[in-house]
Amino acid sequence: MAKLRPVRLTVNGAPYEALVEPRMTLVDFLRGELGLTGTHVGCEHGVCGACTVLLNGRAVRSCLMLAVQADGATLMTVEGLAPDGKLHPIQEAFIEEHGLQCGFCTPGFLMSTVELLKENPSPSDDEIKEALGGNLCRCTGYQSIVKAVRLAAEKMRAIDPPSAR
Amino acid sequence: MKPPPFDYAAPTTMAEALSLLEEHEGEAKILAGGQSLMPLLNMRLARPGLLIDLNTLADLDYIREVDGGLAVGAMTRKRTVEDSALVKSRHPLLHAATLLIGHRQIRNRGTVGGSLAHADPAAEYPAVALALDAEVRAVGSNGSRTIRAADFFVSYLTTALAPTEVLAEVRFPRLAENTGWSVMEVARRHGDFAMAGVVATLALDAGRRCTDARIVLFGVGATPVRAQEAEQMLDGEAPGEKLFEDAGRMASEAIDEPLSDVHASAEYRRHLARVLTRRALAEAAMRAAGGH
Repeated sequence: MAKLRPVRLTVNGAPYEALVEPRMTLVDFLRGELGLTGTHVGCEHGVCGACTVLLNGRAVRSCLMLAVQADGATLMTVEGLAPDGKLHPIQEAFIEEHGLQCGFCTPGFLMSTVELLKENPSPSDDEIKEALGGNLCRCTGYQSIVKAVRLAAEKMRAIDPPSAR
Repeated sequence: MKPPPFDYAAPTTMAEALSLLEEHEGEAKILAGGQSLMPLLNMRLARPGLLIDLNTLADLDYIREVDGGLAVGAMTRKRTVEDSALVKSRHPLLHAATLLIGHRQIRNRGTVGGSLAHADPAAEYPAVALALDAEVRAVGSNGSRTIRAADFFVSYLTTALAPTEVLAEVRFPRLAENTGWSVMEVARRHGDFAMAGVVATLALDAGRRCTDARIVLFGVGATPVRAQEAEQMLDGEAPGEKLFEDAGRMASEAIDEPLSDVHASAEYRRHLARVLTRRALAEAAMRAAGGH
């Protein structure tokens, strides 16, 4: 076994420290070592987007990163959307517009949506599709997901109008 | 679908990275954005003894205007290129090609140097580099050398980099004022690797005749492929549908043996090369004439 390496990072506002094997992917670290199983393991080669998390604010595939590479990073996972159990407006919108069925892909879609709406509070349908193009859903169909993101944008603008930013 | 065991090093200077590379020659692999290497590790198609991570070398992340074009540090993320006002204004071809690469999540992580050094023949940046006569700067412990794109892409996933060298920078020459450009591809889904694609540049001289054409096809061979005969037949001709149709046919015939796989047959790839070349030349001519 290769030498273990220390990893210190912040996930959803909380500091963590662990010793990991270099070959451990970030998604396996989040799930197996930190117990944050909201992030899903799908294809494990960067196609499906189910493992999408925010790395220093940017949506990345956590199956295509090593845990050791996240040393010093600030991460946000789907658990960070509803820290006190109250759903995030994006999560509410996915429920209201039926943006999920089995829910396996949902954490990835949610995190990609967080990045999109942070950078673009009023995305067009084309911009939504471009931002979510790296996430696969095999049951709901993308129409209701696009609708959910549109509704999420409305909800978030109402809470935090662009003029107040 | 879990990577095999390997050691990992995160050097903080290039000198450190190079000495590790020399010490572990043949068993070390450079890790840049990881968007191609990590899948290879997860599927155990690659089994390096040591990964040398360049993500800790912050000074390889830059886009600078230099004489004649843009210098881009190897660890510059594709997302940085996508969002760069400098790239948008000075190099719209590079900007447009970047938008065709993978998805946003991939571009947030994947790097310019990684894409060139990985040398996937279906990737966009190698084709752009070849079309523009870009120059790659490789550094080794004995200093650095410049490699022209035409000499850099040797074969499938194989470049002219020595096992002890690191790609540090690429320089993309700017296009001349009278030159139009186009980058197009056909993929199964937007963001997938192209089944075939083309980068074309074309200038119009004072008499509105074609000159200095460049046609580079990608996704059709072991490396990006320049269609030199088709480029030459355009020289001195008035731009037009028939001319570009003929150039497209000639370009498609310039491909030795297009790849044939589950995504597309060789015949279909050749067809795409013909059609895409025709369309790209028409678009480049339109841009050269001042249209958008």
